[in-house]
Amino acid sequence: MELLLFGIAKDIVGKSIIDLSNSDTLPQSVAELKKLLAIEYPDFSKLTSLAIAVNSEYAADDVALKKDDEIAIIPPVSGG
Amino acid sequence: MKEPIIEIVDILNVDGVYKELSHPQSGGICVFVGTVREFTNNEEVVSLEFETYKAMAVKEMRKIADQAVEKWQLNKVVIRHAVGAKEIEEPVVVIGASSAHRDACFVACRFMIDTLKETVPIWKKEIFKNKTVWVSAHP
Repeated sequence: MELLLFGIAKDIVGKSIIDLSNSDTLPQSVAELKKLLAIEYPDFSKLTSLAIAVNSEYAADDVALKKDDEIAIIPPVSGG
Repeated sequence: MKEPIIEIVDILNVDGVYKELSHPQSGGICVFVGTVREFTNNEEVVSLEFETYKAMAVKEMRKIADQAVEKWQLNKVVIRHAVGAKEIEEPVVVIGASSAHRDACFVACRFMIDTLKETVPIWKKEIFKNKTVWVSAHP
């Protein structure tokens, strides 16, 4: 499982991809992933908002995560 | 309604957009161009840097165009956003619609740019003389 990072999320983590494939327990849902990120990277909690996209669609907390999903961390957007 | 034109590009050329929106059944064409402003909160901006999650951004832009077409009678729609480094005055986004009468294209353009700013995964970094800031990241 890989997490794609963009914008300030990339700066907070210090790289553009987090590779979870070697970790013992993979997050099973968007909510679990958010919890994991909050513990690992406290700076995420300072952001205005934090969304998760699964297979390039915004995903609610109860969405289940599968090993081969494309998962992205979406910090506050600021296009335009 | 023709297929909407949805694109993320490195260099945004706005000159041709009028032709893309031209349509025999349209009596009005409305175009909004977003450009790089020199000052943010009285601080001088040197340049902007845009990045995107392209696969998702294109999908979200398409959703916005589809919603606009559902709400208003539009003949053509363009949503095009630039990424990469942008200098002062450079265009970064162009939104356009054409319709039989002006009301529909005016209100559709407003809806599309406002929604783009809320949902499309594009991030803007402001580069000042002595710092850089990801816009809207912090409250």
